[in-house]
Amino acid sequence: MKEIMITINGKVCTAPEGSTILEAARINNIEIPTLCFLKEINEIGACRMCVVEVKGMKNLITACVYPIREGMEITTNSKKVFKSRKINLELILSTHERKCLSCIRSGNCELQMLCKEFSVDDEDYYNGENLQYDFDDTSVHMYRNDNKCILCKRCVAACSVWQDIGVVGPNDRGFKTHIGSAYEKSLGEVACISCGQCIVVCPTGAIAEKDQTKEVWAALDDPTKHVIVQTAPSTRVTLGEAFNIPIGTNVEGKMVAALRRIGFDKVFDTNVAADFTIMEEANEFIERVQNNGPLPMFTSCSPGWIKYCESYHPELIPNLSSCKSPQQMFGALAKTWYAEKMGIHPKDIFVVGVMPCTAKKFEVTREDEAAAGYSDCDVALTTREVARMIEKAGIRFNDLPDEQFDNPFGEATGAGYIFGATGGVMEAALRTASETLAGHPIDSIDFKEVRGMEGIKEASYEINGTKVKVAAVSGIANAKKIIEKIQSGEEFYHFVEVMGCPGGCINGGGQPVQPASVRNFVDLKTKRAAALYEADKNRGLRKSNDSPIVKLVYKEFLGKPGSEKAHSVLHTSFTKRSEF
Amino acid sequence: MSVKEKVFDFIETESQHQEFEECLNNLQGVQGGQMPALQEAQRIYGYLPVEVLERISKKLDVPLEKLYSTATFYSQFTFVPKGKYTISVCMGTACYVKGAGDILDSYATSLKIKPGETTPDRKFTLESVRCIGACGLAPVITVNEEVYGRLTKKKGDKVLVTYLNQE
Amino acid sequence: MKNWSELKELRDSYRQNVAIRLEDGTESDFQYEKEILVCAGTGCISSKSGDVIQNLKDELEKHGLADKVRIVSTGCFGLCAQGPIAIVYPEGVFYHLVKPKDAKKIVEQHLIDGKPVEKLLYHDHKTKEVINKLLDTPFYHKQKRLALRNCGRIDPERIEEYIAFDGYQALAKVVNEYTPDDVLNDLKESGLKGRGGAGFPTFMKWSFAKESPSDQKYIICNADEGDPGAFMDRSVLEGDPHAVIEAMAIAGYTIGANQGYVYVRAEYPIAVKRLRIGIEQAKANGLLGKNILGSGFDFDLDLKLGAGAFVCGEETALLESIEGHRGEPRPRPPFPAVKGLFGKPTVVNNVETYANIPQIILKGPEWFTEMGTEKSKGTKVFALGGNIVNTGLVEVPMGTTLREIVEDIGGGIPDGKQFKAAQTGGPSGGCIPVEHYDVPIDYDNLTEIGSMMGSGGLIVMDEANCMVDIAKFFLEFTVEESCGKCVPCRIGTKRLLEILEKITMGKATMEDLDKMEELCLHIQENSLCGLGQTAPNPVLSTYHYFKEEYIAHVMERRCPAGVCKNLITYEIDEVACTGCTACARRCPVDAISGNVKEAHHIDQSLCIKCGQCLEACRFHAVNVG
Repeated sequence: MKEIMITINGKVCTAPEGSTILEAARINNIEIPTLCFLKEINEIGACRMCVVEVKGMKNLITACVYPIREGMEITTNSKKVFKSRKINLELILSTHERKCLSCIRSGNCELQMLCKEFSVDDEDYYNGENLQYDFDDTSVHMYRNDNKCILCKRCVAACSVWQDIGVVGPNDRGFKTHIGSAYEKSLGEVACISCGQCIVVCPTGAIAEKDQTKEVWAALDDPTKHVIVQTAPSTRVTLGEAFNIPIGTNVEGKMVAALRRIGFDKVFDTNVAADFTIMEEANEFIERVQNNGPLPMFTSCSPGWIKYCESYHPELIPNLSSCKSPQQMFGALAKTWYAEKMGIHPKDIFVVGVMPCTAKKFEVTREDEAAAGYSDCDVALTTREVARMIEKAGIRFNDLPDEQFDNPFGEATGAGYIFGATGGVMEAALRTASETLAGHPIDSIDFKEVRGMEGIKEASYEINGTKVKVAAVSGIANAKKIIEKIQSGEEFYHFVEVMGCPGGCINGGGQPVQPASVRNFVDLKTKRAAALYEADKNRGLRKSNDSPIVKLVYKEFLGKPGSEKAHSVLHTSFTKRSEF
Repeated sequence: MSVKEKVFDFIETESQHQEFEECLNNLQGVQGGQMPALQEAQRIYGYLPVEVLERISKKLDVPLEKLYSTATFYSQFTFVPKGKYTISVCMGTACYVKGAGDILDSYATSLKIKPGETTPDRKFTLESVRCIGACGLAPVITVNEEVYGRLTKKKGDKVLVTYLNQE
Repeated sequence: MKNWSELKELRDSYRQNVAIRLEDGTESDFQYEKEILVCAGTGCISSKSGDVIQNLKDELEKHGLADKVRIVSTGCFGLCAQGPIAIVYPEGVFYHLVKPKDAKKIVEQHLIDGKPVEKLLYHDHKTKEVINKLLDTPFYHKQKRLALRNCGRIDPERIEEYIAFDGYQALAKVVNEYTPDDVLNDLKESGLKGRGGAGFPTFMKWSFAKESPSDQKYIICNADEGDPGAFMDRSVLEGDPHAVIEAMAIAGYTIGANQGYVYVRAEYPIAVKRLRIGIEQAKANGLLGKNILGSGFDFDLDLKLGAGAFVCGEETALLESIEGHRGEPRPRPPFPAVKGLFGKPTVVNNVETYANIPQIILKGPEWFTEMGTEKSKGTKVFALGGNIVNTGLVEVPMGTTLREIVEDIGGGIPDGKQFKAAQTGGPSGGCIPVEHYDVPIDYDNLTEIGSMMGSGGLIVMDEANCMVDIAKFFLEFTVEESCGKCVPCRIGTKRLLEILEKITMGKATMEDLDKMEELCLHIQENSLCGLGQTAPNPVLSTYHYFKEEYIAHVMERRCPAGVCKNLITYEIDEVACTGCTACARRCPVDAISGNVKEAHHIDQSLCIKCGQCLEACRFHAVNVG
């Protein structure tokens, strides 16, 4: 692209034509603060934090949306600019519930950081009358406190653009504007899919996951409980971010070490459960292909996607794979086969999931997910909550040695690792399905067409003489698009993988929060996913059907994939929910 | 203005239902059809019941919250049925400088409601409105379609009394 | 109608039908001998001109005159304070403050007996002499009616009348003889600027849209007039809807658009109705739709109703609203001319701007540039309101002074009070104090003295108006109408209002005044759209010109104009008081005591400052301090 010449703070520099002032400045190592701006989904110029002076313009200009012009003279650090930003912050503070010390976001609140940067010295300067909003803790996975909301509308953009759901939005007008749902219903009353994408983009503590660490600490404290933890595929490549380790670093060893030091009786890997998922799902897929459907078969690992389907497309319930998600399969096996093995009554086993996901909190409360008569999984923690537990336990994470998972659920195949990124479940299933259908080991197990961060990926494969058309989509907006295509008859697929969050679990709503200054300029999803594919590449075993533990459990307990026993332990059912 | 609680049941006549369905059918697939749909709903039902917005949401494929959010932005839309008589006091500049504020206050006191509210018996809705353009007659109020101009507080009270005495 | 010559023929034949009211001696074989034009604008309708019209028709019927005399319902004559207005042609006698019951007299005395109805004739309020013809009233002397040319002259619901007065000739000329660049050239030479507020040159807007390549473009008329005290656009739409329709088609031809929308306030039912009729009639006559006048140019027009949000007068908010969203303004660039409605190039102009265009095309840009000042050409319509004798609608050449508008046209301030200031541009504008009474009004001059043209509201204030209270009033409006999108406007205006409230309550300090000024500047420089950027204008301009009033509120806890309730006291002058007890009987809280025929006294601890005693006293014994 053509480079054009501009002047920033008196220094002549260049930037690609078509860049915004914000981007041009960043290229030239100048950071301009933002609050509302989220690249591509929330370019609304509302918070006015990014204002800069441009020579020849009477008013200040919002750098986030204003394109550069040849010869433009921009000042980002004048007294006038600083003053404007400070007054803006003071105005925002005048409407913000300033209970910072007890706020879940204290320390990584974007508003707090900016107040420090711009030397806000009197947080009461513009104090005035405010409307008071009720604290909404009616949903399973999150709370909302509009009194802390700064109306950047990043959550609204996440919900309506990425997810095309739009259960939250700005209600009322002017000073009375607040984020809410239709007819001021609470979050628990609307068809929110619990994906948590709103949470990871919120700059303040206005919305956050419901912290369940207390329940886990209590279980750990209870001598009658056998407390075991399982960690989802993607959490090992994101947890480090909470401890300032570079984005995309696999910290599996330190994570295991930390969890062990927190006091879990066993530290297991959800990736192993993912291998079981593949055994069941691949089998189910083959059965559907051979027995005329219903097709396409949709994956069922993503609880956000499942809730979406139940609420907005109940007609597709027969198309959903009946497999439980890896988290639930793990819990089911832990409270049945493992309980028996260990001689522990399932009621005394407390299963904690470490998940990239807020919808997992909803998932553990689902009906028909209790193989042993007790909830398969007891608590699903997000990566963020686990990071807080590690901090609270006084563990110096960065200095920990690398440790190994406990057995029997400690050694997963590469297939389990890639579950954490969009296309991963599809690829893992294709590996096993191809081999099962071929009846002998196969060499080519990389299905690269379904990798990558595009929202919709399509591919056709010939598996043992059968032509199979598949798609992997992430983000509900993309899922919606593909459903429309399928239902209109425009496209036919045999197998569709859907992950509720854009990019898959690596970008889940339970992952560490990255401020907009990172999100807007760093490709979080690609970096995190790369670490998973790297781990897959380095595993000795990369197909779920090769896993020794999988083979053992089927031999001892489940029989074969799709058996009656397997169904009673590893499968579930879905129910229609209201759209409104 | 937003609404917190639903305090009454939604009832519609067959003709309302039919008329609105027809509107919706005409608006399906029309770019920007939400606004006319909301306006028609407001006109036909006198307010925006959740049941009706759900129908719009389904038909036009717009999230319910999006419709509600839009509706709460515009002062034309209401979420509770209006009273039999809507008293609108013009608060345009011309009227204001000629004492419209006092008239509004007086009505609020007499009816025991704030501007924007409806009396419990659903007889009166009181509202302050932007300039209705009859500045030559300032200060002006309207009661439903009827316009009363060149008012004083006293004359204004008289107008109210005539409606209080009506059914 | 298939081509231009058919249109010309129609014009010539329709011309016959309006000859009576031309007063130029045109011979006509039209069936009617007389016409009575009655204003059917919103103002006059509110004063029952609808009943006047009906009664006139009934009377004519009763006296067998229905086929001799025609009643024509017109748009606004402008002199709203004297409405309803009726004019009898061919003699041109005009009646004011006509009541429904007067219809009988007009028909019996005037039409049958040939004697004008004395008591309905207008008397000059200074000389007290009878003025027979509307245009002879001082109200019209300095006016120049371009945008309002057909208001009060034609029946807006009959396209024939518009055609009779050269309607659609400009469109015909353009589609037959002009290239789009010819239109742009005329507009450029005319110097026409947008009449909606900011005064952006119209030809530039159109050029940008013309140069933006796209398969679809749009023409929009912004008729979401919402300034408190402004009703110019409404009057044009009510009185001459076809002028706007014609101009929009011309705009479509120029930029290559074949769809237009008029975004009009739903609170303007008469304007909406007449626009609907106008669009129907234009379609039926081949002046909208496919292949207009055989030129191959297609243009369609639809109405979009606003739903009650002042901010939708801001053009990007208006686009959002038409698209079905909350009316929240968009950041610019991209400008609507490049990326507007549904992402397509779009021209948005206001009603008055469009209303000027057909004549510029027909009479040529030179004709237009003869009026106005060096930088602002043509005329401007103002809605004159507040404390002035002739409230109403006026159109004056740019460069007319405020004094001329208020004193000569407006007839000055009633009750012998003194002019204090005038507010132009509504909540976006500022006040013009008496020291600028003689500044020629145009875009640049108004901006220079801290106000703005705005869309044309002109509110006159006298000594009894408190400037802090006025600033507070406008700010209350802005706070109410702010969309809430950007921080400076959503929170800033609210905090600013709180400071003003503090001042009017007598609780502010001098530091608060500094804080107020600082916040004003911040909101101006940092807001996303014009609404926020101009919201502090009323505060800044009143503070600039009437600083001593602000200081009196703060330092002396006193409201010099006697308006701010918390700062005033009512006292009874013991000498002037006759002890008539009228005040004591009116006082709603029994704060006034005193025996009959003795001086009364107000107990300040009980007084709620309602002002009833002042109203009740016939002896000027109640003083406001």
